[in-house]
Amino acid sequence: MDKQSDLRKYREDFPLLAEWDLAYLDNAATTQKPRQVLEAVRRYYEAENANPLRGVYELSAVATQVYEDARALTAEFIHAAQPEEIVFTRNATESLNLVAYSWGGANLHPGDRVLVSVLEHHSNFLPWKAVAERTGAEIVQIPCTPEGEITEELLRSVLTPQTKLVAVTQVSNVMGRKNDLKKLAKVAHEAGALLMADGAQSVPHMAVDVQDLGVDFLAFSGHKMLAPMGIGALYGRKELLDAMPPFLTGGEMIEIVHWDRVKYAQVPHKFEAGTVNAGGAAGLAAAIRYLQEIGFDRIEAQEQRLTCLAMEGLKQIPGIRIIGSARPEDHMGIVTFMVEDVHPHDVASILDRDGIAIRAGHHCAQPLMDYLGVNSTCRASFAFYNTEEEVEKFLASVGKIRGLMGYGG
Amino acid sequence: MADKTFYNEVLTDHNMHPLHKHALECPDLVMEGVNPSCGDEISLQLKVEDGVIRDGSFVGEGCAISQASADIMLDMVIGKTVEEARELSGIFLRMIQGQATPEELERLEEAGALEDISHMPARVKCAVLGWHTLDEALGKA
Repeated sequence: MDKQSDLRKYREDFPLLAEWDLAYLDNAATTQKPRQVLEAVRRYYEAENANPLRGVYELSAVATQVYEDARALTAEFIHAAQPEEIVFTRNATESLNLVAYSWGGANLHPGDRVLVSVLEHHSNFLPWKAVAERTGAEIVQIPCTPEGEITEELLRSVLTPQTKLVAVTQVSNVMGRKNDLKKLAKVAHEAGALLMADGAQSVPHMAVDVQDLGVDFLAFSGHKMLAPMGIGALYGRKELLDAMPPFLTGGEMIEIVHWDRVKYAQVPHKFEAGTVNAGGAAGLAAAIRYLQEIGFDRIEAQEQRLTCLAMEGLKQIPGIRIIGSARPEDHMGIVTFMVEDVHPHDVASILDRDGIAIRAGHHCAQPLMDYLGVNSTCRASFAFYNTEEEVEKFLASVGKIRGLMGYGG
Repeated sequence: MADKTFYNEVLTDHNMHPLHKHALECPDLVMEGVNPSCGDEISLQLKVEDGVIRDGSFVGEGCAISQASADIMLDMVIGKTVEEARELSGIFLRMIQGQATPEELERLEEAGALEDISHMPARVKCAVLGWHTLDEALGKA
């Protein structure tokens, strides 16, 4: 338990956690922001702000430096081979749309297949559905195990030579289960398909090495990993990005524009039309440095400890059903559950009254809700700054709910 | 549970033992109401004769607030004229916005038990689902 007191000092870096008397257990939706990140954004606008990548004056060069340094750090963070493989976007949703529209629009044809796992957040499903409708390609669902895993066997069960791309999340935002992307990428590649990974729930909580995993694309959001809202990233293998047409067009993504002739910029700028979010990138860089200082071994250990405590506690409460695996080690800080007879929104409202924030609803994963045969669920999701006391408070409140709603305890 | 006035006995009782949650035989009016964001849904069924709501019921599923609110509403509007029901609906919506007068609140009888929802913005749409559906149904009467 000494490691825990060690991590506890980091909690003091989060002004919001001091401002609110709240057990914030909705970290899979967005995390709180440490002072270091807020200060980096403030410093950018107070001392480094100009329009990056364009001005010839020194201040613009400073802004450009901040922005490109953030890119280099992000590349190093997920072990991309080079900074040019990182495209800054607004969030994972935009990153996923970028690949679907640009790569999908150029490479999908009638008869082609895109395999989309049943676990996917709507943001790694709807862009593929939309591009399939435009191109005449077919979307096929990859089923998951009852624990919420996409296994090699399940992927193979729907993989055909017509498959051009496999879209799968690294960690499900509902089941919390981690997929072995390395194995899945190998299987996809053997069939000649690419693998698009959604890293929104994994990159903030574990060490991710895109080269080791062998994924072709990886999307993630800054705001789920301590950075501000409005900055996210797409990793793409350089040769794939090079060959893809632009997604959005406009300023800052061109080399030459004449009325009858246009030459687009090289990657990654080809995909960053318009004035970029340099302040957000500065915040993302600060967030990455902050996570690196703590280290993912300690982050994972603390989140696993909280997950374990929550799941063991929930199992003791009558009328609770945990979605997915019964083993805490299968949950990356995400515990989705239902309280018998009580609608998840009522559960969330009652917890809110007790000063606990959880998510209730379909978690932007309605196909998965259909697959599980539920309308909606409750989800508690942890960050390293959460404490054992917060989990105890959560369990005490959940334990009262059925009685409170008139269902004999 | 003083801090839990919201999930009070009136609400939990109507949620667990609704009087009007069943299908109506040969209703004159049927109107569906849905909250797409949270999945609450009801089908409101009414018998209206000579401008009076003779009978009413609902079927559906959703949170305790949406279901209890619809049940309480039917308790209140059955036997009332369409005009009176519309008036009560207006008062209920004002209560949820925290704008009803004490006299108006008295007219809401049991529905006043949902007054606290005005402090829970995320749940307002659950409480008003039944009443909005009623308004829509009566608009067609």
